[in-house]
Amino acid sequence: MSTSSVRAIGRVSPTERDPAWLSRLFWACAGLAVLAPALVATEFKPWLLFEPDSLRVSGQFVADFFPPKIEPAFLALVARETWRTVAIATAGLALGLLIAIPLTLLSTSVLSVSSITGRMKTGPLVVRQIMRAILIVLRSVPELVWALVFVRVVGLGPTAGVLAIALTYGGMLGKVYSEILESDDRHAAQSLLRNGAGRLATLFYGALPQSAAELTSYSVYRWECAIRSSAVLGFVGAGGLGQQMDNSMKMFNGSEVATILMAFIVLVAISDWVSARLRRVIG
Amino acid sequence: MRVALEGVTVRHPAASSRSGPALGPLSLTMEPGEQIAVVGPSGAGKTTLLHALACALQPAAGQVQFDEIDPWRLSTRRLHQQRAHLFLAPQVPPLPPRQRVVTAVLAAMLPQWSLVTSLKSLLYPADIPAARLALAQFDVADKLWDRVDRLSGGERQRVALSRTALTSARLWLVDEPLSSLDPTRALQAVDALTRLARERGATLVVALHQIDVAKRFPRVLGLREGQLQFDVPGVDLSAERLRALYAQHEDELLSTGYPTRLPEPEAAPALSRR
Repeated sequence: MSTSSVRAIGRVSPTERDPAWLSRLFWACAGLAVLAPALVATEFKPWLLFEPDSLRVSGQFVADFFPPKIEPAFLALVARETWRTVAIATAGLALGLLIAIPLTLLSTSVLSVSSITGRMKTGPLVVRQIMRAILIVLRSVPELVWALVFVRVVGLGPTAGVLAIALTYGGMLGKVYSEILESDDRHAAQSLLRNGAGRLATLFYGALPQSAAELTSYSVYRWECAIRSSAVLGFVGAGGLGQQMDNSMKMFNGSEVATILMAFIVLVAISDWVSARLRRVIG
Repeated sequence: MRVALEGVTVRHPAASSRSGPALGPLSLTMEPGEQIAVVGPSGAGKTTLLHALACALQPAAGQVQFDEIDPWRLSTRRLHQQRAHLFLAPQVPPLPPRQRVVTAVLAAMLPQWSLVTSLKSLLYPADIPAARLALAQFDVADKLWDRVDRLSGGERQRVALSRTALTSARLWLVDEPLSSLDPTRALQAVDALTRLARERGATLVVALHQIDVAKRFPRVLGLREGQLQFDVPGVDLSAERLRALYAQHEDELLSTGYPTRLPEPEAAPALSRR
């Protein structure tokens, strides 16, 4: 490199400047300006964690975890509750799919016949917006609230958990499914529609083969989330590992909590493995 | 199918209102069974014309008529039924990468199939011999069970063209079918396409960049900036006409190495290739 070009880097002429630089700088500062009040509002003071008093309390709590309780009777109980948790998550997700799939088909623009020619017609557009509104309502109510509602209706037990997961997850899955279908390459689906194929046939021959891997891995991830959700729901009496954890926490029995947490870790690891395998098979 | 365009002007939905129409005004008729090549430099409106004919773009002005029927006056449902009579093969093969070739080819029959048949065919391909025969027309029968993402670009293009052998459409609109084929393959493909269209009595409209291939067609439309420059038999495609059509785009007019005279059509490859 010659000396003149080295000097040129030091004093960049206006035409050589990245035109996007100023706006990038502005938005970075704007982001910080928005974040700062949020930290104040949440009383975010991480240094409190490291004060001697807090360290002693949290240290004691964590120390209680060891050794995890491994009595056969308790392990059998955890196994039974783990199975119930898996059942709640799976049944909840399956019901959620029953809600999500029809709503996806009605709300995604990929399968819209009228949008072949550019803009969707008013009728289908209204239907689509209504379906999206339903999805928004379903997922904006936290599953904990749904669970509290259903515990009143159907009583304590797993049924309330299943229904709560089904409604919230139906809303989430429906939204994300239709976004996956819309963000993937539409060429194949569009081409089938343009040649006069039906909407459902287009889904199975064009849109699904295009997006199958993404849809599967997202569904398996949601199953993992449903397992965690069912733990939280257990705290309000919806059964499963969560209810057991609630009992152990209330008794300050750290070793039981540790065993139950390990069961969760195993479940999440399994779902991770299943997702990877499925992706490899489909992808 | 008899096709008539009257003063058709097409704008792209996303184009700004200041820019001129992508196509037209354009008036022409196509008789049933005609074979027409559309040539012109990039951006001349070839694809737009095919999309207008496929009812994929609604004309801003003028009328498209299929057998005296204006499809845009039909209800959305009837219009969609009408689309089953139109076959548009886009320039980029519309094949999902994870699909098997057999499924991708049989997808051409979806407009004729009931939903139950389509779903059953996903479990077990409904008409394997038909799919193999269709692929054989374009010399890719050995790829029947392969996945689309295992194919080369040229193979994908030929698999996409094989769909024409299975469609029941009466108007075939094929957009640059030769873009990723070598000269020999390209000739075979055009040959198969014209032969199939003739056998089915379908009207064939092909957008082409290869002038030498276009010269074989009984009728050639020259498009430039959305306007029809000429409408002549392929044999009358003179050098002056082409120079005028491709002015400022001469680089697209380079000789492509295709022989002007095509070999005699061969018999279709036998079914028992494999």
